[in-house]
Amino acid sequence: MNPKTKMNYHAPQNMKTMPGKILIAAATLMMAGSSRADITVKGSDTLVILAQKWAEVYMGQNTGTKIQVTGGGTGTGFAALQNQTTDLCDASRKIKAKEIEACIKAFGKRPTEYKVAIDGLSIYVSTDNPLKEISVQQLEAIFTGKIKSWKQLGGPDAPITVYSRENSSGTYEFFKEHVLQGKDFAASAQTMPGTAAVLQAVAKDRNGIGYGGAAYGAGAKHLAVKADDSSPAVEPTEENVLAQKYPIWRHLFIYVNPALDKGEVAAYLKWMRSEEGQKIVKDVGYFPLPASLREK
Amino acid sequence: MSSSQNTGKRSHGWMGIHRGHQARPLEWVAEKFIFGVSLSAILMVLLIFLFVAREAAPLLLGQMNSAPVQEVIPVSELDKLSPAQLQPYLGLTPQEFVAMDRETLKSLMEVKVEAQDEIPAGFRNDPDARINSTQWRYLLRPHQWTGYSKPEFIWQPVGQIKKYNLIPLLVGSLKTTLIGLLFAVPLAVGAAIYVSQLARPRVREVIKPTIEMLSGIPSVVVGFFALLVMATVLQSVFGYQTRLNAFVAGIALGFAVIPVVFSIAEDALTSVPQSYTQAALALGSSKWQAAWQIALPAALPGVFAAMVLGFGRAIGETMIVLMVCSASVMSWNIFDSARSITTTIAAEMAEAVSGGPHYRILFLLGALLFAVTFVLNMIGDVVMHRLKLKLEGRR
Repeated sequence: MNPKTKMNYHAPQNMKTMPGKILIAAATLMMAGSSRADITVKGSDTLVILAQKWAEVYMGQNTGTKIQVTGGGTGTGFAALQNQTTDLCDASRKIKAKEIEACIKAFGKRPTEYKVAIDGLSIYVSTDNPLKEISVQQLEAIFTGKIKSWKQLGGPDAPITVYSRENSSGTYEFFKEHVLQGKDFAASAQTMPGTAAVLQAVAKDRNGIGYGGAAYGAGAKHLAVKADDSSPAVEPTEENVLAQKYPIWRHLFIYVNPALDKGEVAAYLKWMRSEEGQKIVKDVGYFPLPASLREK
Repeated sequence: MSSSQNTGKRSHGWMGIHRGHQARPLEWVAEKFIFGVSLSAILMVLLIFLFVAREAAPLLLGQMNSAPVQEVIPVSELDKLSPAQLQPYLGLTPQEFVAMDRETLKSLMEVKVEAQDEIPAGFRNDPDARINSTQWRYLLRPHQWTGYSKPEFIWQPVGQIKKYNLIPLLVGSLKTTLIGLLFAVPLAVGAAIYVSQLARPRVREVIKPTIEMLSGIPSVVVGFFALLVMATVLQSVFGYQTRLNAFVAGIALGFAVIPVVFSIAEDALTSVPQSYTQAALALGSSKWQAAWQIALPAALPGVFAAMVLGFGRAIGETMIVLMVCSASVMSWNIFDSARSITTTIAAEMAEAVSGGPHYRILFLLGALLFAVTFVLNMIGDVVMHRLKLKLEGRR
C-alpha cells in the first residue's frame, strides 16, 4: 500500500472518474429497453469510488451487464432502496431500525445485508505535532471538548483545533457511536465536507486533529492508536486492522431487496465478495474482508 | 397601413386586430405569453412555499416525536391487539394496513422492538432519552442536557439523543451575513459613486465590467479560494485562534455580494438626471460635493434596494459558508465558527431519514429562510417607496 496511490484516490482521481460516471450513466440510458441486464447501485459516498471500480472491472468481464453507480450518501441510498429506484444500496453504516421499517412498509421484507469491505479510520495531526500515539479515551476527551490543549497530552502549550465531518457522513456517526460512546461532539468542532478536506485543514493547522478513512497527504501524519491506556499503540496498517488490533475500524455494507437478489444481481454481489473483487478493495485503499466472510 | 387606422373606427375585434392602435396577432401572442410566464412565476413561488410548508407541517402540528425511548408492545401481543390499536402504533395509513398480511405486520412489530434494543444501556435510563426534542421549547430555548454543566443551545441532529436547537443556526446565518454586508456595502456603494460620478469614461469602461465579472465567479470557487488562501492570509494578519471562522466566511460572502450591490447602486446613480449634478456644478460645488450631496441622496431608494438584494444574496448563499465554516457554535464572536441555515440544509438533507423529525426540521428551516427574505423584501419595498415619495417632495 504505497502512500502515493492512496493520496491519488482521495483527491485527483475523484475528478478523473467524473466523466466515467457520466459515461456510465449515459450508456445505461441508451441501453435502457434493450435486453441487457441493468444493475443500479446508489448510496454511500465513502463507497462510491470502490463501487465504480467494481462496476468497471465487472462490466469489462461481463459485456452483457450494465452497472450504473451513483453516490449521494448512505441515507439517500436507503431512501432509493425503499422506493425501489435502486437495486443495490451502498452503506458505510449498519441500517437503522427506522429504515428497516420503511423497507418493510414499501416491499414487505427486510433488506439483505452483505459485508463487502473493511475500513480503518485514521487519526490525523499536522507533521509539526510531536505527538506519536493517542488512546481512544483521549480521543473521546478531545472530540467532546474536555481536553482543550495539547499540553494535557504532553505536547506543546497550544489549544487543540478539532476537525470533524459533516453529520450526514457515515464516518461521523461511526466515530460518534464508537469513539465518543454516543456523546456529542464539541460545538466548536469544525465540520468538513470530506476526508480530503479534513486532511487539507489538518495539514494547514499545526494545532489541528481530525479523523477519516486511510489517506495520506503532505503536511499531515496519522497517529498510532491505543485501545486503552495500558494497551500498546497500533498503526492503522492492513495487518493490524485485519487482526482487529487497531481499535477504530468498521465494515462497509451493501443492502439489497431480497426479491431482487437473484440472477445477475446475485452474481455481481457474489463476485464483489470473491477473491477477485476483494483484490480491487485493496487497490482502492480499503481493507479486504477476512477469508471467513468471502464467497468462494 | 391597416384599414382601421384610415377610418378611425375603434372596434374590439378578434385578437385585438381592429383595436384602433395597431396590435398585431404576433404582439397579442407575445403579450399573453409574457403574462403567462409571470403568472407561472407567481404559481411557482406559491407551489414551492406550499411544498416546504407541507413537509414541515407535522412538526408545526406537534405530530412528530423524536424521543428514542418509546413504549413498545411485545411481538407476542400481535393477535391480542385490535386493528384500531395496531394501525396507529405501527404508523400506517388505513389503506396500507389493509394491504398487509400478518407476516409483514409481525416483522414491523419486531423492528419496533429492535429499535429499542439498539439504544445503548447508558442512554436507556437517561431522562433526556424520553424527551421529544421537536417541541418548540427545545427548538428555541436552551436546555441542560445530560453531560452539560449549564443550559445550552445545541444543534446535534444525529446521534442517540437528537438536539435540534435552531438558535445557533439563526445566529450563524445572521453573523456571516452581517459581516459580509458590513464589508461589501461600503465598498460597493463607494465604487458605484466613483464609477458613476467621478471616474473618467475610460476608467469607467474598465472598472465597471471588472467588478461585474466578480458575479460570474461560481460561489464554489470563491469558497475554495477562501478555504485555502484567504483563511491563511487573514489569520496571519489578525492572529486569531480558529483558522476557519465566521469572519473569513463573511469576507468571502462579501465578494459574492459586491457585484450585486454595485451594479444596482451604479444603475440608480447613473439614472439621476444629469441636470441635477450640472446645476450643482454651475452653482460652484466641487465634483465630490455634487456626487455626495446631490446624486447620492437622489439615488437613495435605488441604493437601498441594492442593499436589500445584497442581504438576500448573502443570507441565501450556501456554498461559500459551507466550505469555509460550519461548526454550530452558539456565539456572537466573529472570530468563532458559525453554521448557517443554508449550510445545514445542504449538508444534512441527503442523509436525513425521509419523513423523520430531522427531515421535517430541515424543511422548517427552509420555510424560515423563505419567510425571513420575504419579510425583508417587503420591508425594503415599503422603505424604498417612502424614500421615493419623500425625495420627490410629495410627503
